[in-house]
Amino acid sequence: MSPTSEATAQAPSVATVADGCLLLSHRLTEWVGNAPTMEEDVAVGNIALDLLGQARGLLGMLGDEDQLAYFRDADTFDNPALCAAPNGDFARTMLRQLFADSWLGQVWAGWTTHDDDVVRGVAEKAVKENAYHRRHSRAWVVRLGDGTEESHLRMLTALDELWPLTTEIAMPGWRESVADALVEATLPVPSPAALDAEALASCAEARRELLAEMQSLARTHPGATW
Amino acid sequence: MVTTVIARAWQVLADIPDPEIPVLSVLDLGIVREVSESADGRGVVVTITPTYSGCPATEVITADIRAGLAATYDEVDVHIQLSPPWTTDWLSEPGREKLLGYGITPPNGRAVLPMIDDDRPASCPQCGSGDVEQLAAFGSTPCKALWRCVACREPFDYFKVH
Repeated sequence: MSPTSEATAQAPSVATVADGCLLLSHRLTEWVGNAPTMEEDVAVGNIALDLLGQARGLLGMLGDEDQLAYFRDADTFDNPALCAAPNGDFARTMLRQLFADSWLGQVWAGWTTHDDDVVRGVAEKAVKENAYHRRHSRAWVVRLGDGTEESHLRMLTALDELWPLTTEIAMPGWRESVADALVEATLPVPSPAALDAEALASCAEARRELLAEMQSLARTHPGATW
Repeated sequence: MVTTVIARAWQVLADIPDPEIPVLSVLDLGIVREVSESADGRGVVVTITPTYSGCPATEVITADIRAGLAATYDEVDVHIQLSPPWTTDWLSEPGREKLLGYGITPPNGRAVLPMIDDDRPASCPQCGSGDVEQLAAFGSTPCKALWRCVACREPFDYFKVH
């Protein structure tokens, strides 16, 4: 892909969306107890729970959900790199969330007419949950982007870091769907990102670390329940 | 005879509470889609639609329905139906009144897509004032947001339109 070409990410597979929701959910849970305010602890916890439920609905179609989540090796996950990208500061987490929410919003809307009953059922539910998530992430991107000098700078940094990871999710219409938020946040709207193998590879490493933590309990105590 | 037992099944369901908002029964919540009995009357299948994708209450509700109907039937099956998705439009009228009495303002209006940005409670469940402000868009359960009454200063939960 040349740097100037328009975004051409394909509509994702069920596995890509399932893994993306699962790992993004886990990333958000890393904030619970550490978020800037108690209300944000609750918000990111709620959003993570919705994403986990969506992931479970789809993983259940693909096989045994626990096996797929906890006993699969990192390199076999099919998530967009962005979904496993480290949290960084809260600005970066909210910008990542806006990018992912906007992508998922397109995915779920498209899947509400899916031929498969389960995919359609998950999507019909997720459309509404996603609307609440996107409202939240968008509000934070605007608030921090158009906030103090410091918060604006942090959003600019987050944009620089995360934009190269958007090639996998920038389906037709995606860039436009985030552009209005970026403009309102007084942030630049970059040209469609060029494929950046190095950036994507760094997320593969981050994913290994994420899974080492996420899978440790199930692997240490197989079959554990409560 | 069959209808008597089915009616009994619905009565049992009317007494099974939502584990997170126990003032509501699973019927008030509007998640029970169908109750059907096997030909010999010994088994029953209850079809429910989950409220939210990740709501942990769903698994508890499934277990409670099984346990509740076990006295009436030899075999109880709970079938999960995703589509059409549950909506707050399915909350019963008595359920809405129970919520208000419990201190949770019920959803204000119908769920239509795309979801509206200005979803807000009609009034404070404590004093009835319409002068209310949002504290947080997400609350203690997936269904709720945290609001505050400007008139009486009490915080309260709002059951979001969904």
